[in-house]
Amino acid sequence: MTVILGQMFTGVSIGAVLLLIALGLSLTFGQMNVINMAHGEFIMAGAYTTYVLQKSLSGAGISLIVALPVAFLVSGALGALLEWLLIRRLYLRPLDTLLVTWGVSLMLQQLARDMFGAPNVQTRAPDLLTGNITVIGGDDPLTFANSRLFILGLAIAAVVALSLTLRLTPLGRRIRAVVQNRDLAEVSGISTSRVDRTAFFIGSGLAGVAGVALTLVGPIGPTMGTNVIIDAFLVIVVGGIGQLKGSVIVAFVLGVLQSVLEYSTTVSVAKVLVLVAIVAFLQWRPQGLYTLRTRSLV
Amino acid sequence: MTTSRRTTTRRSTSRSTTTPLAAKARQLTGVKGRFDGARPAAGFAAAALVLFAVAPLVLSDFRLGLLAKYLCTAMVAVGICLAWGRGGLLTLGQGVFFGLGGYAMAMHLKIADAGPGNLPDFMQLYGTATELPWWWRPFANPVFALAATVLLPMAVAAVLGAFVFRRRVKGAYFAILSQALAAAFAIWLIGQQATTGGTNGLTDIQGFFGYDLNDPVNQRMVYFIIAAALLLLIALARQLIHSRYGELLVAVRDSEERVRFLGYNPANVKLVAYVVAAGMAGLAGALFVPAVGIISPALIGIVPSIELVIGAAVGGRASLVGAVLGAIGVAWAKTALSEEFPAAWTYFQGLLFIVALAFLPGGLASLVGIVRRRATRRTAGEPAPALPVGETA
Repeated sequence: MTVILGQMFTGVSIGAVLLLIALGLSLTFGQMNVINMAHGEFIMAGAYTTYVLQKSLSGAGISLIVALPVAFLVSGALGALLEWLLIRRLYLRPLDTLLVTWGVSLMLQQLARDMFGAPNVQTRAPDLLTGNITVIGGDDPLTFANSRLFILGLAIAAVVALSLTLRLTPLGRRIRAVVQNRDLAEVSGISTSRVDRTAFFIGSGLAGVAGVALTLVGPIGPTMGTNVIIDAFLVIVVGGIGQLKGSVIVAFVLGVLQSVLEYSTTVSVAKVLVLVAIVAFLQWRPQGLYTLRTRSLV
Repeated sequence: MTTSRRTTTRRSTSRSTTTPLAAKARQLTGVKGRFDGARPAAGFAAAALVLFAVAPLVLSDFRLGLLAKYLCTAMVAVGICLAWGRGGLLTLGQGVFFGLGGYAMAMHLKIADAGPGNLPDFMQLYGTATELPWWWRPFANPVFALAATVLLPMAVAAVLGAFVFRRRVKGAYFAILSQALAAAFAIWLIGQQATTGGTNGLTDIQGFFGYDLNDPVNQRMVYFIIAAALLLLIALARQLIHSRYGELLVAVRDSEERVRFLGYNPANVKLVAYVVAAGMAGLAGALFVPAVGIISPALIGIVPSIELVIGAAVGGRASLVGAVLGAIGVAWAKTALSEEFPAAWTYFQGLLFIVALAFLPGGLASLVGIVRRRATRRTAGEPAPALPVGETA
């Protein structure tokens, strides 16, 4: 029993990491229709920000708390810069944004290699997050890692913050207006180009936050983004483009599925089976779990 | 517009009366609709001359071996030109099909190298397998293995494509799924260390159907086979592009719904392009193995799969000549630059993606058309609209 619960918790924590990564993508891919392959490198930027801060600040706890907003700003600024330099020229060609941003991601990876060296680096987790919480004691104990719980909390906080921003603030209203009908939003006096850039800033900033979270569970390296980005894209595709609640549900379902399959088979077979499950799911719902209903033929 | 009228206009595309769709397609791709026999034939003859006579004469054995490797990439690019440039199907998983062809060939060659009754060397090394795994056994048969190099990738593409296109999963969804396939395949190969060689892949291949690959003469033979195969694939793709099917493929790319309303099933049209492209990539992978002597997950994962696309994009995704020359050029640039400055190559490669796709979506091949249009505009005084190539929503 505790084994199953333990696997479930592992799955949920994988899901939380996926969700944190997918959250920013949900803005840039879902809302702006830009397939940003450099999103993984914005995650990397957030992770290296944590690393740099920890080198200059004493105390792992303080540096982690400082790293969250700083990583948000660093990655967000990178994203806004990318939008301004390249992506605004490509809004009508989503597939080309994929390859262009892939080029950007290659350069950012090499930049990281030149700045920090090719080998992975590690940060120290704060003492508070290194231990475990025992949920069920006794001979067959069930323990949850504190760092994983922290990531879960961070993911939930990020989802709440993002959905409140989209629902309640004037900026959120403008973003939703641009997503639903760009032309109508423009003639209503909304500066769509400014909204695009702000949305990109927030989406990329969330990637930075995800990067900070990833430092707690794994090493920091130039290719860390590539390893996670595909899974995050799959979350968006299955959840439905631009649908926050879809991303939330699918991230946790895929996380649990991955962890259960890994437990019963091997890591590599689990990856293949998850992909098969996704393709099968898309047979049932080609547009993802939730869709924005339109009368469009395409 | 009735069907009969459509057929007549399609036949007379060389004259000024063309269907709007065909005219748009021509404008987008810069390829003439008519079957202009003399120029392609001359180009083909020139390419054959360079590949079969000039290159073996002027290049050292080492450089010729490298060229053979580039030509394999170019074979994949022919398929990419068809699927992406013509059909708008951005497939980021061509590495999977390249790998399937490559592994099918390498498995046969490893079994042949080991000799009857023996296990391939890497299996003996790990000592886990006492006999050949069941799924290796059919590859001992050379006919099966050769057929599998092309048919296996085509079958995988047919299954995935049928599922994906039938339910109208397209555009970005398709690109991401094909990329996920590449990731999953590479991870699976790495996971099956004992039977696939894991991260190392299948290495140190010595013989090729009874010929010793260490002999430079036989290496040349492999080069000639690859060059002939490339020319064959180009001819095949050209026939397809200029057939009724080719026009349909471009029509599906530009307006899938209109094609559906005309009574065709766009899913089947896309499926054919995807499957053919997969077969081409499989053949390329199969011939890559004797040319280089290795196939490994590092050659077929996400990164190499995207690298296969960039050559076609730089040269011009919609133009066969552009895609092939682009693939060869980028592969050559990679060797030339990464030999000297490994770091610089990555920056350069990133820049190539950005410049080629953000600022020159038609690739280098479109420069010819742009220059020509500028010239005619000056004389005729009519503006030429600039449109992106090969984009579907």
